[in-house]
Amino acid sequence: MPAWPLFVHERPESIVAYRDGAAIDARRFLRDVRVLARRLPCGTHVLNLCADRYRFAVAFAASLLSGKCSLLPPAHTPEVIRHLQLFAPDAFCLTDDADCAVELPLLFYRDGDADDADDAAADAAPWSVPQIGAAQLAAYVFTSGSTGAPLPHRKTWGRLVQCVRLEAARLAPLARSGSAILGTVPPQHMYGFESTVLLPLQSGGALCARRPFFPADIAAALQELPRARMLITTPVHLRSLIAAEMALPGLDLIVSATAMLPANLAREVERRYAAPLLEIYGSTETGQIAARRTAFEDQWRLWDGVRLEWVGERCWAQGGHIEQPTAIADILELKSEDRFVLHGRTADLVNIAGKRSSLAHLNHHLNAIPGVLDGAFFVREDAHASLAGVTRLAALVVAPTLELATILRQLRQRIDPVFLPRPLLRVEALPRNETGKLPQHTLRTLVAQAAARAPHLFA
Amino acid sequence: MSEQALPQPATSRLDTLALEREIARLIVQGLNLPIAPEQIDPDAPLYGEGLALDSIDILEIALIVSKQYGIVLRADNQENEQIFRSLRHFARYVAAQRSK
Repeated sequence: MPAWPLFVHERPESIVAYRDGAAIDARRFLRDVRVLARRLPCGTHVLNLCADRYRFAVAFAASLLSGKCSLLPPAHTPEVIRHLQLFAPDAFCLTDDADCAVELPLLFYRDGDADDADDAAADAAPWSVPQIGAAQLAAYVFTSGSTGAPLPHRKTWGRLVQCVRLEAARLAPLARSGSAILGTVPPQHMYGFESTVLLPLQSGGALCARRPFFPADIAAALQELPRARMLITTPVHLRSLIAAEMALPGLDLIVSATAMLPANLAREVERRYAAPLLEIYGSTETGQIAARRTAFEDQWRLWDGVRLEWVGERCWAQGGHIEQPTAIADILELKSEDRFVLHGRTADLVNIAGKRSSLAHLNHHLNAIPGVLDGAFFVREDAHASLAGVTRLAALVVAPTLELATILRQLRQRIDPVFLPRPLLRVEALPRNETGKLPQHTLRTLVAQAAARAPHLFA
Repeated sequence: MSEQALPQPATSRLDTLALEREIARLIVQGLNLPIAPEQIDPDAPLYGEGLALDSIDILEIALIVSKQYGIVLRADNQENEQIFRSLRHFARYVAAQRSK
């Protein structure tokens, strides 16, 4: 049976991570993995919520070595956790947050668990990197789906490795090998999981434990790392770096994903930071499948082996590392066998600051609140984007007996807060047409009327 | 003579109130918030309950105060919990740190 190594660093003294300015070598990483693996409870499903990226990597590797499957849901609201528990009743949560409020059995990550005996054992053992069977189920990643239950997607170890090795091959001409990789995205998100955890492990790079947030944090975290430096980030963070006119230490490669990057912003970033910027296209279902140098080209080039094909009204991706043929949610125009242009999203999908959901899913949760008679989310096209380039959703609701604040509180339990409506407006009835549909232009008219009555509700 | 014995400048409280109102207006405009600036309770938390801002909002606020007042926010600042406790705390921090 084919197998892939946990990481490709060849020597025990190879650097696999940076944490608080200190380098962590492969021997120490493997020791931490084995120590944690001994502590794991018997449940076979792990919700790994470690915020520190090094701890996340150790926890993922320990789970993998123990034959456990990691769960990566789209959000961690109480409603999502309830569904996870139904999906995997033996699931436990591994966390490094002492205030973690997730309602699953909790295991706290402890940094100081390894003792002198562990060190001696690690030093004495002959050096070998664990090999993990390609067919082993490594993770379930979930999309929000169109009803209440998150939809699981299987990820075997072999497919995950194949995907990020193709990514590494695509980055290779632009970046020196062994880069120190800093991410502004969480490791629990598919893009962060692939590019800030698996990519360094499978390309001989080093991951950085930090997850910087403000522009000044990104500058400080980069300063701690040696060249070559790679920044794995999103359009929101890139726009905030530019808006804050933040100076950064020398960068060798910037990678963006999660939402479309405007070409103007890409050119501005490349000019200011004197580094190539590669944009990656992918989804939770397929993983990463294509990339482009957005400042210079509008066509995306697919990962080797991945193919796209239109069947009826949907475009399907298959081949390469993709587990099974998967319908693409975006509108693509195929230019050649391995190139395409992206024309936007299908109407139902929304992407707010890189988080994806569907109007159907959000509407389901709004209408599931006791006392809500009817309700609908919609995309506001009239709203101007903010400094970080984020436009929020709005919603109309028919709920004569409920306070709007109560509805918002209930929604917060169910959906990621980034999708909370701004504003949430009360109406007597929704302008449904004879087929029960809600034309978006009618919704916008209704909002414009509400705005005229209460201008302070609308910036 | 100790510092506490020195008279406080009479304008400081008024200045802080004016700054508080100005920041409220910038936040409501910048974040597209569906409320009027004067509806922000100056003592309510900015995060979670209260004004219920999320992390994207906090990033937006960082950009707004960097542009407007030259203030650089950092996630590892030990004072962050204090700073974001309420609009009033935030305005005090801005008053103390502003460079423009």
